[in-house]
Amino acid sequence: MTDKNNPRPRRLRFEIFRYNPEDPESKPHIETFEIDERPYMTLYMALSEIRETLDASLQFDFACRSAICGSCGMLVNGRPALGCRTLTADLPEEIRLHPLPAFKLIGDLSVDTGIWFREMAERTEAWIHEQLPFDPDAEEQRMSDDIAAAIYEGDRCIECGCCVASCGVANVNPEFLAGAGLNRIARFMMDPRDGRTDADWFEVVAGDQGVFGCVGMMACADVCPKELPLLDVYAYLRRRTLGTKIASG
Amino acid sequence: MTPQVITTDVLVIGGGLAGERCAMEAAAAGQEAVILSLVPPRRSHSCAAQGGMQAALGNCVKAEGDSPQVHFLDTVRGSDWGADQEVANIFAEEAPIAVRELAHFGVPWTRVRGGTNIYFIKGEFVDIEEPLENDGLITHRDFGGTAKWRACYAAAGTGHAALYAVDSEVVRLGITVRDRAEAVSLIHDGTRCHGVVARCLRTGTYFAVMAKATVIATGGYGRIYGGYTTNATINYGTGAALALNTGVVPLGNMEAVQFHPTALSPSGILITEGCRGDGGYLLDKNLHRFMVDAEPEKQELASRDVVSRHMMQCIQDGNGVDSPNGRHLWLDIRHLGEEHLTTKLLEVFDICRDFAGINPAHDLIPVRPTQHYSMGGVRVNKDGEAYGMAGLYAVGEAACWDMHGFNRLGGNSLAETLVAGRVVGARVAEYASGATLHANTGLAFDALNAEEQRTQSLLSREGSSRSVYEIRDSLGEIMIGKVGIFRNGADLSSAVDELKVLIFECDKAVLKQKGPGANPELAFALRLPGMLRLALTVAMGALARTESRGAHFRVDYPLRNDQDWLSRTLVRWQQNAGEPTLSYERVGLMDLPPGHRGYGSDERIEMEASLEEYNEGVLDSQSAEGRLESSEAMGSKLRRYSGGAA
Repeated sequence: MTDKNNPRPRRLRFEIFRYNPEDPESKPHIETFEIDERPYMTLYMALSEIRETLDASLQFDFACRSAICGSCGMLVNGRPALGCRTLTADLPEEIRLHPLPAFKLIGDLSVDTGIWFREMAERTEAWIHEQLPFDPDAEEQRMSDDIAAAIYEGDRCIECGCCVASCGVANVNPEFLAGAGLNRIARFMMDPRDGRTDADWFEVVAGDQGVFGCVGMMACADVCPKELPLLDVYAYLRRRTLGTKIASG
Repeated sequence: MTPQVITTDVLVIGGGLAGERCAMEAAAAGQEAVILSLVPPRRSHSCAAQGGMQAALGNCVKAEGDSPQVHFLDTVRGSDWGADQEVANIFAEEAPIAVRELAHFGVPWTRVRGGTNIYFIKGEFVDIEEPLENDGLITHRDFGGTAKWRACYAAAGTGHAALYAVDSEVVRLGITVRDRAEAVSLIHDGTRCHGVVARCLRTGTYFAVMAKATVIATGGYGRIYGGYTTNATINYGTGAALALNTGVVPLGNMEAVQFHPTALSPSGILITEGCRGDGGYLLDKNLHRFMVDAEPEKQELASRDVVSRHMMQCIQDGNGVDSPNGRHLWLDIRHLGEEHLTTKLLEVFDICRDFAGINPAHDLIPVRPTQHYSMGGVRVNKDGEAYGMAGLYAVGEAACWDMHGFNRLGGNSLAETLVAGRVVGARVAEYASGATLHANTGLAFDALNAEEQRTQSLLSREGSSRSVYEIRDSLGEIMIGKVGIFRNGADLSSAVDELKVLIFECDKAVLKQKGPGANPELAFALRLPGMLRLALTVAMGALARTESRGAHFRVDYPLRNDQDWLSRTLVRWQQNAGEPTLSYERVGLMDLPPGHRGYGSDERIEMEASLEEYNEGVLDSQSAEGRLESSEAMGSKLRRYSGGAA
């Protein structure tokens, strides 16, 4: 398809990590696929086309295809990103795709983020520790709109795992909570509905798995598709934790 | 290694808001609950709900005078009188509790700011003084088809915030979630459901879950419209297809399919109704606000079915904007200002940037009506229990409960998930605590074997055929082309024929990949027959319904016909039948007599019978279709709001 308004499309060359742990004959390797670029093509469209026309066994994850559900984190030319909102037009003709590191591989580009995040939520007790049980007849607890907005900012994390995959610490220490985990803690810490004290939080936040395990490379903030202010989050956690330490002597 | 048969008290299929809230209710009552989910639950499509959740708290000035009664009336009018009014009433009464409960679980609802607030209403900026005594309460934004501002919201990420809060509670309660697991058939004996056979999407192995109560919470069937949907790629209508395959359980109102006015063109990604609620305009190619002419009273905020039809008419009249991807219209939110767009509509701002390369503070947004919501689903009574099958329940978009009738109001689905999760969850817990588990492993192994054999026979097909993906694409083209917004007998009839051919073709489709493991092509090939069958129920229901009601619009029968069609379509697919069978029941007891919605056309064919006469026949009509007795008598929750007799 060529005409003067639509110059000859680029031929995209995908180098994709392949490995199916369920197949005893499968060995990790890189496989190359070529397709023509189309206007506004995203990696969701490109990978679907490869699976539907070139290799039906290719595994990857997409759900919302609108950068909301966090399913499709992958390494795009070495950098963690959401496949659904990555436009091929922003990439060179050679596109290398690998699964996110730091998570268990399911197959090809598919990794087990669900288990990682559930374990993180259990470990940090990432739910509101309320002071009183819910009263269906009562008016809602009031909250200033500014605080609600600040909590919402932390709540915007979509648990895609890009920050975890980009983190030098998380890749060698599976216990490290990484950007998503620390952000979640901060979100509950600042929520007036949560009854936990700084002393309660100290155990979770202060150790090697917490904010002081971070060595400050901040790749997490660079790759976060939601552009969460992780630098501010870590500063907030350090301040709150040091405050506890000083207060408790 | 997963055991091949596991047992539990309550099994929930689907880890979105409705399923999780339902499982919580069961767990809180001491029942063991297991959730199966295609994806980690926080990736369920509930997370994509953007603009709000309807609940009549009446906390801001433009919500003054709101009440569950007003919410009920809006919902019934929105449904074009197709709703079960008792269910709509249960819903409207419970919605404020559900919103406050979410606040308790941690949702950071946007709050009232006491003092002067600047809103954009019907084309102009308006200063409104919010009373200081309301400062800090949950606030509201305007949405379509409502008399008051009622949508509670957290920026444009309401579903995300709600789902994360509810999933946090699921984690806290220690409820088992088996993610990457897909239910492939119901285990039942013809009158009672005993659980499901599921396929592990990590390994490709099958397992059975035996349960006292099984809850379908799998969402809608938008993906039968191919890429012409706002829905996630995982919205196959799994649960509805499972129920249909029993041959016993009917689906309700499958032809009632909602098109959302503002999906981004051409990707189909949702742009929330909150944009218009906050003052956004729809513009044609001449940048004219055509909705002001079409609906002088509600303007851009008529119900979705009405706005979508006006938009398609505008395009058909030659006033659409040409683009290489077809014609679209414009959504204009530039006048709301960048600060508003990057806070209260942040997710819209991001979507425009990421998927259209535009800044909505400076650029117009290309939009087009796109399939969005399935009003139809597994037909259940007010307890959420499926017709004809004890121990089987359905909640949320997967169910036809039926509070939406032929058109759902924006923000009512998010509210439904939580309300139905609470209400139905309580009934499920009651049922499960009174029932004993019939761990009939023979039944389970028979069902497991049947699924394994189905897979083997699928894999053993040889020869050449179109791929399952090509068949899927044909399905989408048929549905958007012939079962879309404007429908007519000839197109629907041809859609029915073409779908039957596709079903036949699908039965012979050969796979390219037969390797071990999850095998994504096999996974899709296992789903596709269900999608095709659902599509046929939609097309046949639409062909048979010779009137226009809500989202179902027949150009050859443009009037709502309350004399002949004040009914709910039910569809069953008997074992080994070549096509489904349609039947009809009365919509439910009515309090608000059929009338004008307040927007859209005021012409209709009136019902000759009195409301009393209609209501007298409801119980018999529904019982004859297999409605199981509800825990409280029919009508116990119907209020007399309108003066109509119940």
